[in-house]
Amino acid sequence: MTGVIPKIRLRGLAKAFGEKRVLDGVDLDIRAGHGMVILGGSGSGKSVTIKCILGLITPDAGTIEVDGRDILAMPRREREELNDRIGMLFQNGALFDSLPVWENVCFKLLAQKRITRAKARDKAAEVLAQVGLAASVGDLSPAELSGGMQKRVGLARAIAAQPDIIFFDEPTTGLDPIMGAVIDGLIVDVVKRLGATAVSITHDMASARRIGDDAAMLHKGRIVWTGPASVLGESGNAMVDQFARGDREGPIQMELRR
Amino acid sequence: MLNPVAAIGRVVLSACRVVGELALFALEGLSHLLRPPFYARLFLRQLIEIAYFSLPVVSLTAIFTGMVLALQSYTGFARFNAEGAVANVVVLSITRELGPVIASLMVAGRIGASFAAEIGTMRVTDQIDALTTLSTNPMKYLVTPRLLAGVLALPFLVLVADILGVMGGWLIGTTKLGFNSASYLKATMDFLEVMDVVSGLAKAAVFGFVITLMGCWCGYNSRGGAQGVGAATTSAVVASSILILAFDYILTEMFFAR
Ligand SMILES: Nc1ncnc2c1ncn2[C@@H]1O[C@H](COP(=O)(O)OP(=O)(O)OP(=O)(O)O)[C@@H](O)[C@H]1O
Ligand SMILES: [Mg+2]
Repeated sequence: MTGVIPKIRLRGLAKAFGEKRVLDGVDLDIRAGHGMVILGGSGSGKSVTIKCILGLITPDAGTIEVDGRDILAMPRREREELNDRIGMLFQNGALFDSLPVWENVCFKLLAQKRITRAKARDKAAEVLAQVGLAASVGDLSPAELSGGMQKRVGLARAIAAQPDIIFFDEPTTGLDPIMGAVIDGLIVDVVKRLGATAVSITHDMASARRIGDDAAMLHKGRIVWTGPASVLGESGNAMVDQFARGDREGPIQMELRR
Repeated sequence: MLNPVAAIGRVVLSACRVVGELALFALEGLSHLLRPPFYARLFLRQLIEIAYFSLPVVSLTAIFTGMVLALQSYTGFARFNAEGAVANVVVLSITRELGPVIASLMVAGRIGASFAAEIGTMRVTDQIDALTTLSTNPMKYLVTPRLLAGVLALPFLVLVADILGVMGGWLIGTTKLGFNSASYLKATMDFLEVMDVVSGLAKAAVFGFVITLMGCWCGYNSRGGAQGVGAATTSAVVASSILILAFDYILTEMFFAR
């Protein structure tokens, strides 16, 4: 991997909320055109890491490079242009409840004027079909959908503009196992077909092995392990293996209160 | 903590910070009026929401205010045998003060609360972050159309309130206090000056800005789930009501003091 510029390079990324140090020197390289899976306990800062890369949270220290360029030092205009090529699925969907589903799905295409409103409905139906939703869902309001359907609409919205880099914050939680596998297949397909770089957060090991080429484990504000996703569970790193197998005993002590 | 000077200093400093942040927020919101893209549809929707749907509330309060004003001033002036001044007092108080202030306070309750709740919910459910990832500036999309609609809608509402308030006074004057309809209206028109109405409408534009600004600002900065949204809604209404009365004094000084 040496010599090749990673798509995304994090160095010494730190972020604290008040007294609480959430990220404490995250170093991570994400290869272009590959799937990266970020693992870590609940509250370990996975979503915060992604929001830092998206520019939604400003880190206290560290650098973030995309294609070798420091995005924290970029002028606002260039940063916006970069964001035009990034897609994001939020953990809770974050659908606009004032708009019907079809407008949610085509929001970015409409914002970038790459499509007219007249054509957006058909385009939305096409993308919705990819995530296993009927075209009639397009006319509903997000509040009328089940949690899993909202997740899939969020996914459709993230991929509709065919981004270079896509972040998936827990794409399959809340879905039934079969639909989960379909979505995993879709993510792999998006990476292959668009040549996109996909960064996913997941707690589901089967899903992690399917969508990830590489995996990284975040613990106590640092990346404690990186390696191929295929070895999860028998990586040789006690922490990762405990996490992948879901053992109660091991180096990771859950902070439980009695 | 125990040192009173330090405590006062802290309060003053944080007050300065809030005023500064609010001013920057307002400037950024206004600056998007000059930079495309413009969201005409969103602006029209807000204009209808404020101007049209506030009409019933504003009309009713204006009519009753005019009626009460006629009754009360009649009782007062009767002691000096100056009952003839009722029409004069009603039209001056309504156009200069009561029309703008009462209409704006009603709109503050309606619109300030709804803006803070809507934008606050969007904040705590990541919808504002989602806008950024979808190539849309949230200030431009959410705040600017609302500010503009507020500044334009309030003068219209106050004009309606002026007319209906005077009508309320006339209603009581002719049916209950025994004035002749024609001479009441003549007295009203004789005393009315253009400056009275214009100053009221100018006040209304400022109040419209204050209401929408506080609604957007409180919502935009809300934190922490349903409770945070509730707190944002309360402070939007309280702050805009107080600011309306404070600006009313300042503007009255500016228009009429000599
Ligand atoms: N805006 C914020 N303000 C204050 N604290 C925050 C904020 N965002 C996140 N945190 C804190 O940062 C920590 C990490 O949050 P994060 O959402 O990144 O967790 P996560 O790894 O995504 O967990 P999960 O798997 O449960 O989604 C949490 O303890 C959370 O309380
Ligand atoms: Mg998370």
